[in-house]
Amino acid sequence: MAGESMRDVMIEARRPPNAHRGVLKWLQRNLFNGPINSVVSVVTIGVLLWVLWPFVQWALIQADWLGDSRQACSGEGACWVFISARFESIIYGFYPEAARWRVDIVFALMAGLLAWLAIPRIPGKRWAAVIAVVGFPIAAYFLLLGGHFGLMHVSTRNWGGLMLTLTVATIGIVGSLPIGIILALGRRSNMPLVRAVSVVFIEFWRGVPLITVLFMASVMLPLFVPTEVEFDKLLRALVGIMLFWSAYMAEVIRGGLQAIPSGQDEAGKALGLGYWHRMGLIVLPQALKLVIPGIVNTFIALFKDTSLVLIIGLFDLLAIIRAGLTDSDWLGFATEGYVFAALVFWVFCFSMSRYSQYIEKRLQTGHTN
Amino acid sequence: MSQATATSHGDTPMIEMTGLNKWYGDFHVLRDIDLTVKRGERIVVCGPSGSGKSTLIRCINHLETHQQGEIVVNGVPMTQDVKRIEQIRRNVGMVFQHFNLFPHLSVLENCCLSQTWVQKKPRAEAEKTAMEYLERVQIADQAYKYPGQLSGGQQQRVAIARALCMRPEVMLFDEPTSALDPEMIKEVLDVMVELAREGMTMLCVTHEMGFAKTVADRVIFMDQGQIIEEAPPETFFNNPRSERTKLFLSQILGH
Repeated sequence: MAGESMRDVMIEARRPPNAHRGVLKWLQRNLFNGPINSVVSVVTIGVLLWVLWPFVQWALIQADWLGDSRQACSGEGACWVFISARFESIIYGFYPEAARWRVDIVFALMAGLLAWLAIPRIPGKRWAAVIAVVGFPIAAYFLLLGGHFGLMHVSTRNWGGLMLTLTVATIGIVGSLPIGIILALGRRSNMPLVRAVSVVFIEFWRGVPLITVLFMASVMLPLFVPTEVEFDKLLRALVGIMLFWSAYMAEVIRGGLQAIPSGQDEAGKALGLGYWHRMGLIVLPQALKLVIPGIVNTFIALFKDTSLVLIIGLFDLLAIIRAGLTDSDWLGFATEGYVFAALVFWVFCFSMSRYSQYIEKRLQTGHTN
Repeated sequence: MSQATATSHGDTPMIEMTGLNKWYGDFHVLRDIDLTVKRGERIVVCGPSGSGKSTLIRCINHLETHQQGEIVVNGVPMTQDVKRIEQIRRNVGMVFQHFNLFPHLSVLENCCLSQTWVQKKPRAEAEKTAMEYLERVQIADQAYKYPGQLSGGQQQRVAIARALCMRPEVMLFDEPTSALDPEMIKEVLDVMVELAREGMTMLCVTHEMGFAKTVADRVIFMDQGQIIEEAPPETFFNNPRSERTKLFLSQILGH
């Protein structure tokens, strides 16, 4: 009976064959699974060692860690004493020593809020969001600036170091996202005037270098406003940074909005939902999720570019370290200073990147079982 | 006009279109459409692709704007006013070819969304209504899954339940089975037949001629943006009058 067949017992589902486990198996399968691959692996590892080993020796093995003056430096490796001796000013800038506890409280509050918001297991996200958006900025404002409740006033001219970097980055990130969303929606609006204003705004801010924006904010703005009105230099820089990055953010988000099929909006319309409900409940949640990589990319760029504020005389983390290099007691430690600055920036940016990947996975609803 | 089934709303027709014209740029998609749908009436709209049948029903809840003519839905004349349009949409449920469920929300949340935000119902009440309708389309056991985890037929039944949750007075179906695998078409049609039996006013764009024969009070045949023929299903299928209708029927019932 060729060409005919019939199965009367169905095949039960079986487990897949056991995967090879263990480090050695993994190495064998991935790095040494053939002569050419083995050679490539050995050469790559060799080159890596050859390049990295001197750095490791300099930065870790031969480095000097303890001490409080230049005498502690042996000169064979890195001298991290330079960093530890100046650690306070790297963190606080010129913030008066007597009031630094206020900065510590703000740091602690921020870390606590971030943990509350970022770790899914901790309940009460709604409260955390309210506190983060309303309570925290007010508390941080009064704590950092002072001048009320018996706290000494600390002018923003004395802010600096990591504290200034984080202030600028946080306000830039928190401000540019909502403005970016509004601009992206505006650029896709049916109303010609709203659309035109959004396009002009985005194209203007995107077409100007950030340095120019900062210069204009600090040097040119005072020329146009009456001399009695004096805006804080930091505030001006913050507004400039926020508007500049919101233009980038708008284009990232617009990319996400365009990727959402029009059927989603139509389904919302058919259910009687108004424009803001459709955007806020249906389109934006999907669009923002889609462009998390782009948004975080922008956040990271913003974070790193905060160091540009040094050109208008604000002393952020990098500027404070550079200032330290000119200290006559500590000449010749530029490498240590820049490596440390790079490390601090990298830790923050890498954390943002990892967290965004985690969030992306968590928000995935399409193909989970 | 007067019927035994007339409700408390009296004899006002559910949908009344007069002299409807629509263009896409220079392309004349809808030409002089006059159509009245009575309460409780079930109408099937068919015709070749590009004949304007989807555009026609999408005008009823203003997903498309028309340039000439009038549409009155449930006694409310359509204008450009957003509030007026939203008021009309609350009475008109719609089911799409590609389901258009919200993929970031669970099945239950899909059904609760507009109850919560448009009708301002408390959460518990909205969920109760949602579960009721999910029960009726026999998919209540999937309430906590996401649309991406369901088959096409299941998604379309959820979409029907989602529309029904707003307790609309008329339901529009825009080719509800065209995107489905063959073995899933029946489960969706069964739900639609059930809905028709309960007296829902329905306007269905579909090529399911079996459904038209079982359920429709009237079949409307469209071509090139106009209504060519309008008749009860027996007459429409057995004695079509126009040559275009005959050609269309021979093409879709050919084998």
